Amino acid sequence: MNTLLVKSSPHIHSGSSISEVMGDVLLALLPASGAAIYFYGYYAGAIILVAVLSAVLTEYLWQKIVRRENTIGDLSALVSGLLLALTLPPRISLFLVFLGAVFTILFGKCIFGGLGYNPFNPALVGRAFLQISWPRAMGSWFLPQAGQLTITSATTTATPLMIDKGEAVGQLPDLGNMFLGNRAGSLGETAALALLLGGLYLLIRRQITLTIPLSYIFTVALVSWLFGKNPLFHILAGGLLLGAIFMATDPVTSPVTEKGRLVFGVGCGILTVLIRLKGGFPEGVCFSILIMNALVPLIDRMTLKKVFGK
Amino acid sequence: MFKKKIFSGRLFPGGVHPRSNKYTAGLPVKDSPQPKKVILPLIQHFGQPARAIVKVQDYVLRGQMIGEASGAISVPVHSSVSGIVKEIALINHPLLTRPVEAVVIENDGQDSSVNFSPRYAEYYRYSRQELVEEIKKMGIVGLGGAGFPTAVKLNPPATAEVDVVLINGAECEPYLTADDCLMQEKASEIVSGIKIILHILNADRAVVAIEDNKPLAIKSMEEAIRQQPNISLAVLPTRYPQGGEKQLIKAVLGRVVPSGGLPYQVGVVVQNVATAYAINRAIIFGEPLMERIITVSGRAVKEPANRKVRLGTLLSEVAEFCGGVTEELAMVVMGGPMMGLAQSSLDAPVVKNTSGVLFLSREEINDEDFRQCIRCGRCVRVCPMNLMPNILSVLMEKEMIKEAANFSPLDCIECGCCAYVCPAKRPIVQQIRQAKMLCTVEAK
Repeated sequence: MNTLLVKSSPHIHSGSSISEVMGDVLLALLPASGAAIYFYGYYAGAIILVAVLSAVLTEYLWQKIVRRENTIGDLSALVSGLLLALTLPPRISLFLVFLGAVFTILFGKCIFGGLGYNPFNPALVGRAFLQISWPRAMGSWFLPQAGQLTITSATTTATPLMIDKGEAVGQLPDLGNMFLGNRAGSLGETAALALLLGGLYLLIRRQITLTIPLSYIFTVALVSWLFGKNPLFHILAGGLLLGAIFMATDPVTSPVTEKGRLVFGVGCGILTVLIRLKGGFPEGVCFSILIMNALVPLIDRMTLKKVFGK
Repeated sequence: MFKKKIFSGRLFPGGVHPRSNKYTAGLPVKDSPQPKKVILPLIQHFGQPARAIVKVQDYVLRGQMIGEASGAISVPVHSSVSGIVKEIALINHPLLTRPVEAVVIENDGQDSSVNFSPRYAEYYRYSRQELVEEIKKMGIVGLGGAGFPTAVKLNPPATAEVDVVLINGAECEPYLTADDCLMQEKASEIVSGIKIILHILNADRAVVAIEDNKPLAIKSMEEAIRQQPNISLAVLPTRYPQGGEKQLIKAVLGRVVPSGGLPYQVGVVVQNVATAYAINRAIIFGEPLMERIITVSGRAVKEPANRKVRLGTLLSEVAEFCGGVTEELAMVVMGGPMMGLAQSSLDAPVVKNTSGVLFLSREEINDEDFRQCIRCGRCVRVCPMNLMPNILSVLMEKEMIKEAANFSPLDCIECGCCAYVCPAKRPIVQQIRQAKMLCTVEAK
């Protein structure tokens, strides 16, 4: 007879795995990635490819150098690379994409000990790094050319949030076009419909709960309305949907209890509107989530569940 | 007060729906061949071990007491066969992780029994004290899991006001169907046992709780309680770990047992259906606990079945009379797959609180290395005690015991929901068990 395996209970498992969680996020990002290519052509595809490959390669090499177990199979580097790509402007140089992806993995994740130990959302760390270091490149926006895969025009324009804030002159797109993604912005943030489809998939697969996206979006709507702005515009503008559905819900960097997630979402929402309307940047999703990431340990501690029977 | 109530919705915090894999549901209870020898550990219950009262070479009868209770929280052990005591030695207990003294009896196959004298068959004429004493003498323990001495449970402090007896027929562990079968085949004897319990506790009513994935058991129990004015039936939506004492009390009665407390503090005593059956055998027929029904299942055993097995039968013999094991055998578990104990060999005996023996193949079990916690919070969502398994797991990995003690590890019921859903496949239960152990040591 073979030797019997002896280990602690439970002896059966649901079959879930980290790669399944990450794989679902990748699938959920497919519509938004497709929309990016549809609106910004092959070059958008190149940005995505460079970001993803650099991210995975960076993790692979880092783990080789520090002699750690290779974990690229868990797909988390792929997710971080793709998320970073989707937050970038459509004509950014591929070299900056490469730098951003390396920074995302090294300083967003690896130096903290790898997936699970990183306090900040890696993709947003990468984006913040690019935005602060190359503000011009990160602030050059172009009108989408729906269906045209090769770049023809090169006229810069302003994002709806910049126009709304009075930092630039231009015509605001109507809400219908904003919903479909036909407006200037980062690669993956514009197509609201595609992002919502992805979010629905994550909900059905139970990879995320509704708490963070709902509380985040609702708070943005409420606070922008209090400031006399059109709440629907603020929901569809900027990177709110991408952030609320895919970034703020990152399990590693968000609270674990539903109560904590509510606090987190509301905090993100308030900060986002404050930065958008009163801060030095036209958009505040990236920095709001990063700031709230820093508060997660505190939120976790304050929102422990009440032990059954206590 | 209801006669039969079909519950719905979420009745207790957390919980999961593991694949039920109840391959043996609906199979009749089969008798088993006589074992060649039996190994009877002197501790098959929670508490002090029994003291051996036989010597090597003694001839013992089936039903004869071979170990006597050694204190208030202790119960005797009886022989399940007739034959000669070969050895009294230390063996590895299948459910306790330490060697314990056991009596080894070679079966002579004669099945010569002591005279079972049902002195208390007219139980309603006797007092709680007399009946509790008798139940203790008959070696009865909780057959559902922990093996807590039944006499102790049926004798709560005088200040306790127990109004409800909950009869646990939830059997929420995957694979296990022993209680299901017992309810189908011995409903009236279970009901008789319930009446004895009600009399002893002087409680107003009893509720039999069964999960809705056992329609035949529900039907037969419903039939059996029809004439009983103070026994009713609760049909619960299937959800693991509903059979946990605290979970069941919350689900059926909405009462919450205080942390660190016992059910009688909220007016409840919980007994498993198999225990009610054993009480009936003891009081009405005068039979001590010598055998029980177990589920033998898993994809690595050829003939899965519900078997009536004599206590002390070796797992190797169980495997043999169930057609043998296949090449795929990777793990043997005593109990259910969520809370049962993995066995290192088949030399272990079936004991009083063995609800099943699972012969599991490689595909059925989780044997992957664990990864770092990604804080997904699933364990927090499924924990029926509302603990933070993720934090406990990470703290114990870093051996931060003092910090871990702040997150109520002692409230953990070790149901395994957290580890079952963990995408990083972390050994959370093992880590919390360690925390519990170290916290208890620290407290002393």
